[in-house]
Amino acid sequence: MFWIKAKRIVRAGFFSFWRNGFISLSSILVMMVTLFVIGSVIFSSVVLKSTLDQIREKVDINVYFVTEASEKDILEMKKSLEQLPEVVKPVIYVSREEVLEAFKKRHKNDQFTIQALDELGENPLGATLNIKAKDPSQYESIARFIESKRAQSVETDNIIDKVNYYQNKDAIERLTKIIKSANSLGFVLTLFLVAISVLITFNTIRLVIYMSRDEISVMRLVGASDRYIRGPFFVAGAIYGFLSAIITLMIFYPITLWLGGATANFFVGLNVFNYYIANFGQIFLIITGSGIAIGSISSYLAVRKYLRV
Amino acid sequence: MIHFDNVSKVYPDSSIALEEVSFTIMPNEFVSIVGHSGAGKTTLLKMFLGEETPSKGKVFYESTDISKLSKKNMDLFRRKIGVVFQDFRLIPNKNVYENIAFAMEAAGRTDAEIEADVPHVLDLVDLGKKIWNFPHELSGGEKQRVSIARAIVNQPDVIIADEPTGNLDPLNTFDIVQILKKINDLGTTVILTTHNKGVIDSLKKRVLTMENGRIVRDDQQGKYVI
Repeated sequence: MFWIKAKRIVRAGFFSFWRNGFISLSSILVMMVTLFVIGSVIFSSVVLKSTLDQIREKVDINVYFVTEASEKDILEMKKSLEQLPEVVKPVIYVSREEVLEAFKKRHKNDQFTIQALDELGENPLGATLNIKAKDPSQYESIARFIESKRAQSVETDNIIDKVNYYQNKDAIERLTKIIKSANSLGFVLTLFLVAISVLITFNTIRLVIYMSRDEISVMRLVGASDRYIRGPFFVAGAIYGFLSAIITLMIFYPITLWLGGATANFFVGLNVFNYYIANFGQIFLIITGSGIAIGSISSYLAVRKYLRV
Repeated sequence: MIHFDNVSKVYPDSSIALEEVSFTIMPNEFVSIVGHSGAGKTTLLKMFLGEETPSKGKVFYESTDISKLSKKNMDLFRRKIGVVFQDFRLIPNKNVYENIAFAMEAAGRTDAEIEADVPHVLDLVDLGKKIWNFPHELSGGEKQRVSIARAIVNQPDVIIADEPTGNLDPLNTFDIVQILKKINDLGTTVILTTHNKGVIDSLKKRVLTMENGRIVRDDQQGKYVI
């Protein structure tokens, strides 16, 4: 009996979907808006995250050593820095020779500077350590740590020439703030948009079911059980969700294709189209899952009101 | 079989729909309930169908107090009763066959039974040719016949017809009343509410007359006297 009932419910759901063509179409369109919002939230969070990562990537502090500093001392310092929990391993050591190499490369068109350097005879540049923090807010404590090292070594011979954190302090702090507020704003905005669009969908489906209230009361009066009445609406809701998810996914294809080049240029390297294709399975599951869940749960809840006969 | 024991219904706005109504309907009876609009006819029927609960008194079907039925037993109870409405209440996006099949599916009948019984019951109401039509393709009289077919297909103990001829012309009215009579002759209890004097007078069956929520007359072989 269970399978016969299940079969009848699914069949009735399909029929009611098909025969209420116009209503089904409009529910699908409304639901597409919701799913589109959810999809856009996914894409924009990826863009935001990758942008923030890029910016974070660019922030670091450099410790410049005096030319006399021995490699051994510098490596020791590198080791002690790497033991800090805030620091991303490895701390990059750039030797004096490498610094010079890079400098020459940067100024290869500047004959005058190269010539001056050659005339100098020896390498005037000190080695550096490049340090990245796990979180931008941690640069301050790292800088303080380096500063304390420097203070300790004042009496003996100081190997640190300068730390560039203090020049960049303002910029780093501002960036930290922006990243934090962008994250929380993004989160609030996401919740807000998703909540609104789910509510709109829920109301649309409620209207659809409101039109069927006589039908539901007849079903009650012929003695159909609650589950048997709800079933077909539940199935039709799931079909709305599934179809709107498929259409939304299809619409995202040309949109991301069109935006892909622009985002790749603007957000350095992140191409939303490539992201869409690479993560299609996951996005498909999220969008289709949300569609089916929103459609069927809204129907389920909306019918409840008319079952109290 | 059906017994109303001193039943009153007062709505929250303190309007009185029924006042101390008591009567009994025996198996195989054909009872008409007449009265002006607002006399309490529909409330009476809703009470019997469990759509409304009495403020006072009890409604019994055989030995069961209807207002005490659980939701599941209410569903089972309703499958023993066929209802015909003035406005037909067919499901618009199901065709004639499916409208009737639906009532059978709800009652848990098998596909084979449904395939055998639906055409048969449609022949009974003389609609065999319209089996695949949708409700909007039918006339008022035809819709009412479909709704009667739906009501009788599960072979109920009782048929309730709430002003079934209210929206029909005299010819269709006559047809519907004949069908109800035939159903009664086959052994089903029929409860009919109506405004139609001609219908009551031609039936020559028991008539309950209601006024302001009370039963003021109960005549075997009654006539329409308001």
